[in-house]
Amino acid sequence: MNNKSNSSSEKLRTRFNSDTVVGHVFAAPFIFGFVCFSLIPICMSLYYAFTDYSLGNKQTVFVGLKNFTMLFKDEVFAKSIVITLKYVLMSVPMKLAFALLVAFVLTRKSKMVTLYRSLYYVPSLVGGSVAVALVWKQLFARKGLFNTLFTSIGLGRVNWFGDEKLAIYPLMLMAVWQFGSSMIIFAAGLKEIPTTYYEAAEIDGANGFQRFFKITMPCLSPIILYNLVMQTISAFMTFTQAFVITAGGPNNGTMLYALNVYNQAFKYNKMGYACAMSWVMLIVMSIITLAIFKSSKFWVFSESES
Amino acid sequence: MRERKTIRKVLYHVLVLIFGFLMIYPVLWMISGSFKNNAEILRGTLSLIPKELVLTNYPNGWKGFGGTSFATFFFNSLIVTSVATFGTVISSSLVAYALSRIKFRGRNFWFTCMLATMMLPGQVIMIPQYLIYYRLHLVPGYVPLILPYFCGQAFFIYQMMQFMQGIPRELDEAAKIDGCSKYSIYARIILPLLKPAVVTTVIIQFYWKWDDYMGPLLYLSRPQSYTASIAIKLFADSASVTDFGAMFAMSTLSLVPVFLIFLFFNKYLVEGIGTSGLKG
Repeated sequence: MNNKSNSSSEKLRTRFNSDTVVGHVFAAPFIFGFVCFSLIPICMSLYYAFTDYSLGNKQTVFVGLKNFTMLFKDEVFAKSIVITLKYVLMSVPMKLAFALLVAFVLTRKSKMVTLYRSLYYVPSLVGGSVAVALVWKQLFARKGLFNTLFTSIGLGRVNWFGDEKLAIYPLMLMAVWQFGSSMIIFAAGLKEIPTTYYEAAEIDGANGFQRFFKITMPCLSPIILYNLVMQTISAFMTFTQAFVITAGGPNNGTMLYALNVYNQAFKYNKMGYACAMSWVMLIVMSIITLAIFKSSKFWVFSESES
Repeated sequence: MRERKTIRKVLYHVLVLIFGFLMIYPVLWMISGSFKNNAEILRGTLSLIPKELVLTNYPNGWKGFGGTSFATFFFNSLIVTSVATFGTVISSSLVAYALSRIKFRGRNFWFTCMLATMMLPGQVIMIPQYLIYYRLHLVPGYVPLILPYFCGQAFFIYQMMQFMQGIPRELDEAAKIDGCSKYSIYARIILPLLKPAVVTTVIIQFYWKWDDYMGPLLYLSRPQSYTASIAIKLFADSASVTDFGAMFAMSTLSLVPVFLIFLFFNKYLVEGIGTSGLKG
């Protein structure tokens, strides 16, 4: 009897220590979180996209594609798509160009370089906060610092946040200003390029530009791809800055997509409609990300091919 | 020749410094703004040195609004951020251990799921997540701001997995021969050796969460429960004529933890970003 219970507890112990059990025990937090906070919400979102769901209504009616057809008639939606694309297409390349340029300039072997990199990283560190967004709003106010600067060099005052065509530019500048984290990733990549490449190029008489475009760019291309994808995704999701600085105005001139989704869901309580919008966003972003990956065949240089 | 080299060197450092100064100018302007009076801020002055040093902005701002002071807001932020960061470290290291060290059925599947969540834009699941918490009567409250962080954060799981690749497997083998189970290998071997990755995680997660605005915006509704990020925005909106000096004073204070991390853990921060790539 005693022997038997001993062996069964032994059995239990071996089972408890088997890889399948151990693996699932350790992965349990993720599995739980993935199912509850990603998988179920995605399914719910897809379902709600085809309903007129809103908080507090008793009956949720299946409306088919109505939410999606309504999107095409929604002027704010059209405007937010255009303004978001403009924001992403202008701010991301500029941000990456700056990041690459500064990372390249700061590759010298000097103790100061570490300090400089930290200095250029500060905007990335604080840029996502409400505090800095409020400062930005003040910098571009009618009597703000930028207008003081403009008038002092003889240009007129610009009403940044009063003009729907102009209001997006301070937001773009703010995004570009935060090039620090991309810069640090580039800098880490630059360190990996063997100096012998540059030495060989120098012997062959290549100048600075040639060295940059023939050696640095190809060697960094995988990192450029990574930064491009990550920054594109996060640019599409920009919310806090638009919410705090302009609240989408004036006349929806800065109604970035994420802000529009938030407004539809939590301001107007059109949950079903907002879900449909977020699915359109997901599809558009997937297409763009996929396009970037597909195009990478032509411009990303991989070691294995050469 | 040598002289020209020196001149170029000096020129390089001067240019880099000037541009660097311009980069942090808005931040410096905010800090100096916290010592200026309203009139001076509204005039759009370029100067970083206040004409007249105003020290009352800090006590004025600290009073907060609606009878709740910034002591409460900062305390709330600190609690939410610390608990969420703690959760991230524990859960992410557990999951990273499973995915990088244990060969179990379904490992590749879960690994793919993890990578997928890294690419999934948060706004797509924001609304249904809100609805789930709403139905569970957890809105308003702190649970939605904290619970997900105990389920592993893909970005940090990935980073820790990469770090674990560098921990020799011989250590696991040796521990196993000495009679360690897989559980104690995690607790006694992997976790202690994971320290550098844990430090990076703490730092990055802390400042991400500290800055988080959308979460508190969705899930908190009573002023007593507000975090600093949301309080500052409401503070700016609340009065008909905003007290800009006080607003900048509180903004500056809200960035103090981030600056402290930056000053003391700069190396970890930069390495963490450089090795694994960071979005923010």
